[in-house]
Amino acid sequence: MTTPSAADGARPASSGGRAPSPAATTTNPAGRPAQEPPLLELRGVGKNFGPVRALSDIDLTIPVGQVTALVGDNGAGKSTLIKTVSGIWQPDHGEILWRGRPVHLHSPKAATDLGIATVYQDLALCDNLDIVQNMFLGREEMKYFQLDEISMELAAKQTLADLSVVTVRSIRQPVGSLSGGQRQAVAVAKAVMQQAQLVIMDEPTAALGVTQTRVVLELIDQLSSRGIAVLVISHNLNDVVNVADRVAVLYLGRLAAVAPIKDLDTGTIVELMTTGRSSRVAATPGEPAHATSQPGAGPGTPTAGGTPGNGTVGHHTGEAP
Amino acid sequence: MSTETHQPAESAESGDELAVEAAIASPEVIADSLGEYLRLLFRRIRSGESGALPVTIGLVAIVIYFQARNSLFLSPGNLVNLLIQGAPYIILGMAEVFVLLLGEIDLSVGYSGAVCAVITAWSVFSVPWWVAILLGLATGAVIGTIFGLLITRLRLPSFVVTLSGLLGYEGLMIVLVARSGHGPGGSIPISNTIIDDLTEGNLSPVAGWIVMVVIVAVAAAILLLRDRQRRAANLVTPPLSVTGLKILVMAVAGVVVVLVGNADRGTALVSLRGVPWVVLIVLGVLAVWTVLLGRTRFGRYVYAIGGNAEAARRAGVSLNAVRTLCFTLAGVTAAIAGIVLASRLGSISTDTDGGQLVLFAVAAAVIGGTHLFGGHGKMINALLGGLVVAAIYNGLGLLGMSAAATYIVTSLVLLAAVTVDALSRRGSRAT
Ligand SMILES: Nc1ncnc2c1ncn2[C@@H]1O[C@H](COP(=O)(O)OP(=O)(O)OP(=O)(O)O)[C@@H](O)[C@H]1O
Ligand SMILES: [Mg+2]
Repeated sequence: MTTPSAADGARPASSGGRAPSPAATTTNPAGRPAQEPPLLELRGVGKNFGPVRALSDIDLTIPVGQVTALVGDNGAGKSTLIKTVSGIWQPDHGEILWRGRPVHLHSPKAATDLGIATVYQDLALCDNLDIVQNMFLGREEMKYFQLDEISMELAAKQTLADLSVVTVRSIRQPVGSLSGGQRQAVAVAKAVMQQAQLVIMDEPTAALGVTQTRVVLELIDQLSSRGIAVLVISHNLNDVVNVADRVAVLYLGRLAAVAPIKDLDTGTIVELMTTGRSSRVAATPGEPAHATSQPGAGPGTPTAGGTPGNGTVGHHTGEAP
Repeated sequence: MSTETHQPAESAESGDELAVEAAIASPEVIADSLGEYLRLLFRRIRSGESGALPVTIGLVAIVIYFQARNSLFLSPGNLVNLLIQGAPYIILGMAEVFVLLLGEIDLSVGYSGAVCAVITAWSVFSVPWWVAILLGLATGAVIGTIFGLLITRLRLPSFVVTLSGLLGYEGLMIVLVARSGHGPGGSIPISNTIIDDLTEGNLSPVAGWIVMVVIVAVAAAILLLRDRQRRAANLVTPPLSVTGLKILVMAVAGVVVVLVGNADRGTALVSLRGVPWVVLIVLGVLAVWTVLLGRTRFGRYVYAIGGNAEAARRAGVSLNAVRTLCFTLAGVTAAIAGIVLASRLGSISTDTDGGQLVLFAVAAAVIGGTHLFGGHGKMINALLGGLVVAAIYNGLGLLGMSAAATYIVTSLVLLAAVTVDALSRRGSRAT
């Protein structure tokens, strides 16, 4: 186990072993390199369910305005991790920092109030309410002691338009009548309207068709281009490669690696997911947060050479268009 | 018209989506002409997502049936009688809507309403009539709140808690009647003429017209004003023809009620005419509860909890508070129904059949289109469903059917309504 207190080095700028990561430099304006604390930082976070160690010793930073993909095999602890960040579970060990300040996320509401919005696997929308009602649920606007439907509808319409969500016929139709992608869009728009700064999505494209998946991926792009950080769980490495700036790989409750997407190819990711280590990325489960900055992962090595077992996904640069 | 148009790239998938949307969305939000409105309305009904229309059609069919069997059915005297008979069922149905919307049920509303009526009938011997009514309503609030707290804090199933209420409050009612000293024969008479007049009294024919015109005008103004505000904000607005049709339906219903009420239903010796007050009580309860459910945060949260309690919780809604308040309001509404019932009967008796009342209440709500599993329904559903129940009850009575036959027919209608509800749910989930 590493000592959680050594977590200062978990900053994005700490990629000592390699050329400056473009991901890290884009977040830090030229004037103040590495001074601004990351949006969210986990230090030594652990979570047990009885004897099951769902998470142990997670050190992870989420920088502003970037898409971080969280991958891992079934049961690796991805859902547990985001539930910890969104206030559903409290960590048993470690601490969570928001913009550099330790915070206690004792309830989902506490997380939402900070600006952490979670779009759940099971979609926390009410099927019987319409789009506007869902987007304002819990934050309804009032006028003369009555719900101000008109201003809510206008705001909802504007937000959907800003996110280029144009496929719904009426924003007064019940969410139950929407397709999976449209529902995701509504949930994301709700988060945006509530001034979220970090949007967490658990398998947003699972069960979606090709077109709908594209809609959701474009939405994620929209979010990051508006400076909103995104933490997205996905089993679909195609999606990950398409949309993510950084990848965090969980293996049996430990962080096996965190790296900019351009430094990883799908073969390496799969290897990390299934074995917790990779010959190309010298990560050890005991030293998770610095996996990408280990000496073994010298410049140029990670993506060098074709990766076996992966024909379809090219070696994208990771910068989603 | 609307800015939310279909993206061409989506059109391959949106053909099916359109059908689903049209089936589930309220027609006025997507129709832009009267013709399209009617077409969408029809498609919606066919897909099982009922509105007020099926129950209205059912009501018309029942009326035609009974009128064909006995021409007295549509006589003004009988129709007014039907309204007065139906009022307690309608109001109890509205009480039930509060809890059905949550996906819960309250089996005790019949007897808790009766207990409240006992409190009012008893206290009016010594306090002014309005204090007596307030005491009755407060009793309903306390009863409902206790149930709400048991159900939310101890996480007991509402079915079982209110089932115990069904039994317990019958016992309490009998004890109270005996203790009051006013009910030696097992019933407390209503000793106050105003409370008696809640159902016995009538508006004068002129007052009936004035009140009707005012109500329709206010409702029409609210609808038109809302449309105008939406149009001014550049939002999709129902076409004028659709709103006009709604106003027309309201006006026709109002004229019919006043014409029926104002027709002389007395004997050759004594003339009796005028719309009964109880019609205004029912409309008043309907209006207040409709505004509460439709225009306030509380109402929104009731629907949200019924639709997806977890989503509501994550949105910061206090589930326990909203649920408890629903049971409180159901208790208050049941008290209103109990007082109206006592007013109609001229007394509140230990023979009051709270079990039958609750069956009629649930039937009224569900026949009217309220879902048993929460999230869908309106107060107006209880009005329409309550009229159906009252029509069956009244009509079978006119045909000389026994009470047993009335129970059986009502339970069959309830069963049919629940079946339709469950099937339409299954249907909409399959899409
Ligand atoms: N509420 C719970 N109670 C007990 N154990 C739990 C609970 N939630 C998760 N776990 C355990 O924690 C571990 C991590 O589960 P988690 O749901 O986080 O995995 P995941 O990475 O999201 O998997 P998947 O890809 O299947 O969604 C698993 O061993 C799981 O059994
Ligand atoms: Mg999961």
